[in-house]
Amino acid sequence: MASPALFPALLRLGDDRLVLGHRTSEWCGHAPILEEDIALANISLDLIGQANLLLQYAGEVEGAGRDQDALAFSRDAMEYRNALLCELPKGDFGVTIARHFFHGLFSVLQWQALSSSKDATVAGIAAKALKESKYHVRHAGEWVIRLGDGTEESHRRAQAAVDQLWPYTGELFMQPTDEAELVADGLVADVSALEGPWRAQVDDVLRRATLTVPETAWMQRGGRVGVHTEHLGHLLAEMQSVARAHPGAQW
Amino acid sequence: MTTQTPVADDAARLAAFEARIAADESIEPKDWMPERYRSQLIRMMSQHAHSEVVGMLPEGNWITRAPSLRRKMILLAKVQDEGGHGLYIYCGTETLGVDRQELVQQLLDGKAKYSSIFNYPTLSWADIGAIGWLVDGAAIVNQTMLAKASYGPYARAMVRICKEENFHKKQGYEFMVTLARGTPAQKAMAQESLNRWWWPSLMMFGPHDADSPNSDELKKWGVKRKSNDELRQRFVNLTIAQVKAIDLTVPDPDLRYDEASGDWITGPIDWDEFWRVVKGHGPCNSERLGARRKAHDEGRWVRDAAMAYAEKQQRNNRETTERQQ
Amino acid sequence: MYADAETSWPLWEVFTQGTDGAPHQHAGSLHATSAEHALQNARDVYARRNEAVNLWVVPSAAITGSTPEDMGPFFDPAHDKAYRHPQFYKVPKGVKVF
Repeated sequence: MASPALFPALLRLGDDRLVLGHRTSEWCGHAPILEEDIALANISLDLIGQANLLLQYAGEVEGAGRDQDALAFSRDAMEYRNALLCELPKGDFGVTIARHFFHGLFSVLQWQALSSSKDATVAGIAAKALKESKYHVRHAGEWVIRLGDGTEESHRRAQAAVDQLWPYTGELFMQPTDEAELVADGLVADVSALEGPWRAQVDDVLRRATLTVPETAWMQRGGRVGVHTEHLGHLLAEMQSVARAHPGAQW
Repeated sequence: MTTQTPVADDAARLAAFEARIAADESIEPKDWMPERYRSQLIRMMSQHAHSEVVGMLPEGNWITRAPSLRRKMILLAKVQDEGGHGLYIYCGTETLGVDRQELVQQLLDGKAKYSSIFNYPTLSWADIGAIGWLVDGAAIVNQTMLAKASYGPYARAMVRICKEENFHKKQGYEFMVTLARGTPAQKAMAQESLNRWWWPSLMMFGPHDADSPNSDELKKWGVKRKSNDELRQRFVNLTIAQVKAIDLTVPDPDLRYDEASGDWITGPIDWDEFWRVVKGHGPCNSERLGARRKAHDEGRWVRDAAMAYAEKQQRNNRETTERQQ
Repeated sequence: MYADAETSWPLWEVFTQGTDGAPHQHAGSLHATSAEHALQNARDVYARRNEAVNLWVVPSAAITGSTPEDMGPFFDPAHDKAYRHPQFYKVPKGVKVF
């Protein structure tokens, strides 16, 4: 019998990827150049694929007969557990890239830790996702540097993106209290331990990009317990519109 | 200097070129070719590439609303492929001595054509299935022929594209089968969508042979291997059987089976509508171009930044090397 | 005119190695601003379907190709050198392994 804390922990993992993958898919057909359109679609597909596996497993663990689609398309915003960072609007290309860099780097560290989870399913998903996230970071990291150290305009936009997103990065490393037992049992990773290595790599890339980390007194939070920004409601209204209009239909 | 063979006069070159086409030889970028062959290829290939890229928009319209994660991934991968196909064909066109940027500019300036089918709106989720099934189905009939085109880079791009598109049409039909066998509301959605997409799909093959000014020349040069009407007939024959299998109907009261030829004969196509949309008065012409322009404009700072950064790096590398010497 | 002219990113040729030990083959081309950038774009554009275990990217401008005029002098002389091929040589009947 799985711990009741495992279900919300899996939602946190899955919802991050679903919501960020969804946001990234909004670029499809609208990216700055064809090569990049294809690259962003790859990232989006990786993330939605990860969400698919994680939510499927979450449904199994919950044991209430909900599959990944039921979880994705029938939950309200309050039931979503993604970090606020993932649901912010896609913004310009600078915001998209900075977010992929911040979240991708967090993901690499998280998957690394989870690949030795005592839960074999979680470990398996993490091992697969780790390779994907490593590429996302390589892709986004190169772009952060290009934009930061490119033209005057790109520098300004990249810095604005970092400034806008920075207050949302702290939540990634706030360890949800209901996961304490899971962490102790070696089932999930203690995300608070990931902040140090994350910050070191962020600093390195931002320095090469001639960008700076803003002073921030407060880190936004709430997504992990279902208290979101206004943006998630709109995202879900769109995402769930067809599915909810045809309850019980197969697609 | 290498010794050049004496330059034959144009007539002799043209004869030699046409003999190569007749012998099914592949024409490669550096080969001599009539100016007209080059310009027709650039026109046709860039139109094809534009169609792939503009074609991302109507389907992209539903990526964020796909009702299952599986459908969401399928649709995203498919629209992504279309971007890839546009890219392959643009690159093939660049072998003819034009820059992709130049071609894109023609599209954004409204000077280049693209397939009119993408000027129709996607109004329901079923449209995504209908497009995969009918529009990609029609495109595959056309592209299978183009994979044997006389120009090597075009044919090679098409071989790759045909291989990748294998799943597009199949997923579209599977999609429609699921709707047609689903709830009454789903089936109605499928039929309504088929009603809207049937005729525009038939128009995708272009005007009747008698009214297709470029066809003869393209056929003579082995760029096109079959006429518009031949391809359209092949598509109709293939598709009607699929329509019947899922108990839907095409919106054509005159449709009949011709025993003698084994062909399904359709009623008259509304060519006024076809030309209206070609000339820019389709439901979405301005929206599609507007979306491409917006993406291009908003992406410019990104493209500039990458270029500026690379140049900066090259300069730094050069200076480092010079200092070391 | 809709916008002033813009220069494209340079063109690169992409070669994919399909399986371990196989030769690299030309897959197509793409635009990118640097070698690393081209490599990443090649990965995303030309290796979405398990087409590659290794990639090469080469600036298109760095490739020198033979011309159609070279065809005769370059390749025709190889036509009559049958002695370069094993089929040219006869061994007595009954000798199977060679």
